Amino acid sequence: MSILPIARITLLEAARSRLVWLVGLALVASLAVAGFLQQVALIEVREIQGAIIAALLRACAAFFVVLFVVMSMVREANDKFLELALSQPMPRAGYLLGKYLGFAAVAAAVAVALSLPLALFAPVAHVAGWALSLVCELLIMAAVSLFCVLTLSHVLAALTAVAGFYVLARSVAALQIIAATSPDTVALAPRIADWIAQGIALLMPRLDRMTQSAWLADGGPGVADLAGALGQAGIYVALILAAALFDLYRQEL
Amino acid sequence: MARTRPVADVPRWVRAGAIACLAAQFAWGTMQPPPRAEAEDLSPPPSPGVARLLAVGEPVAAAKVLMLHLQAFDYRKGTNVPYRNLDYDALAAWLELILDLDPAGQYPLMTAARTYAEVPDPVRSRKMLELVYREYFADPNRRWPWLAHAAVVAKHRLKDMPLALRYATALERHTTAPDAPVWVRQMVPFILADMGELEQARILIGGLIASGQVRDARDAKMLERRLQMIEERLAAEATGAAADPASSARHPPATERP
Repeated sequence: MSILPIARITLLEAARSRLVWLVGLALVASLAVAGFLQQVALIEVREIQGAIIAALLRACAAFFVVLFVVMSMVREANDKFLELALSQPMPRAGYLLGKYLGFAAVAAAVAVALSLPLALFAPVAHVAGWALSLVCELLIMAAVSLFCVLTLSHVLAALTAVAGFYVLARSVAALQIIAATSPDTVALAPRIADWIAQGIALLMPRLDRMTQSAWLADGGPGVADLAGALGQAGIYVALILAAALFDLYRQEL
Repeated sequence: MARTRPVADVPRWVRAGAIACLAAQFAWGTMQPPPRAEAEDLSPPPSPGVARLLAVGEPVAAAKVLMLHLQAFDYRKGTNVPYRNLDYDALAAWLELILDLDPAGQYPLMTAARTYAEVPDPVRSRKMLELVYREYFADPNRRWPWLAHAAVVAKHRLKDMPLALRYATALERHTTAPDAPVWVRQMVPFILADMGELEQARILIGGLIASGQVRDARDAKMLERRLQMIEERLAAEATGAAADPASSARHPPATERP
């Protein structure tokens, strides 16, 4: 089967790239921020440190994974690796799933590494739940990045699309709430806006429900929270990979 | 643009899988409870300094987004008792924060005066009216419409004439905008008349007419008509009091509306 060698190459690429350095830098920076917060906070020091660092690390993790996926795919496209790989007896699906498996492993490693400093500020069980949710979130972001870079081909376009997707997925609940509160209940325009917001919400993963900083301080994620994150990640990754496969099979290489 | 193959070239299992996954995502999305901004979720706002930090150099845009989000809390379409669970102290603090981020914005005071103050709960209503009153002084010539509305709410909804008079007095003394209608600065004598202070109302309206400040002919005519009514009531009271002092005490004058 061709999936595992491709995944292994992707993992090797991550290990040999500057991604490890970046993750290390983020860890050092997070500890520095924690030290700074300890000096300025008067009460609830651990809670403040945990919440702020968790938010920073979550954003860093998403950024690193997206950047790695996009740059890796663009480099392969420039090196004509895809053409070379597909000239072998390898189905396109095998190539894509192998790449995704590698990216997923990188995403999980990044999530675990960046969750470690949080154990200094919150119970380990809470941090473990938070980390599992971060893995789910990064799996989704890796799949979306892979789809965008395969479809759009260019670094700038792909990164812009992924960034827009991430912001929308994090804020779609607020969008729904705002769209549903029009004081005019009769006019058509606000109702259409409400329908559009509901439609977008149906298509987007609810990243705002995942990996919440509040979990670190307020008793950790519940079973329903984690099951929701796992279920959403499973469905959404399958959807995006199916869309990416569809696009890859249509491309004339 | 790269050339693409026809859709028929995509393996059937990929097409079926994509459709099945899309259906699964729709089903998953439909099963999720709709997001709602519950009243208890409205916690006190951050300090203005922290809010400006979080606004990353875009305080006006942050204020607009915050305002749109704030109005969603405890919002129920078609309910008879709106905002009944909302913490009005926290709400007032949020509105003040939004005004701090965007002082030129009219939305916070508009919602305070026209939405949150018009709830069927006098305590909550007064909190919003006081917010409008406090914030009015920061920019009287832009914020007069909301204090004028607050005066109307105090007078007609709360039936609190001293409160309405306080707002009307502030409007009269501090509003100098040329676009403000004359009635905004002339609410005091009408409220005084409603409070039964006919003599004071007569003096104020007479002074307004004599000062020549009222340039619009219709406004001047309305004032003259109101002055005449007050004088008639004064005369009637004087006659009634002379004939039956007890009767005039039992029947206070009918209220007038500006």
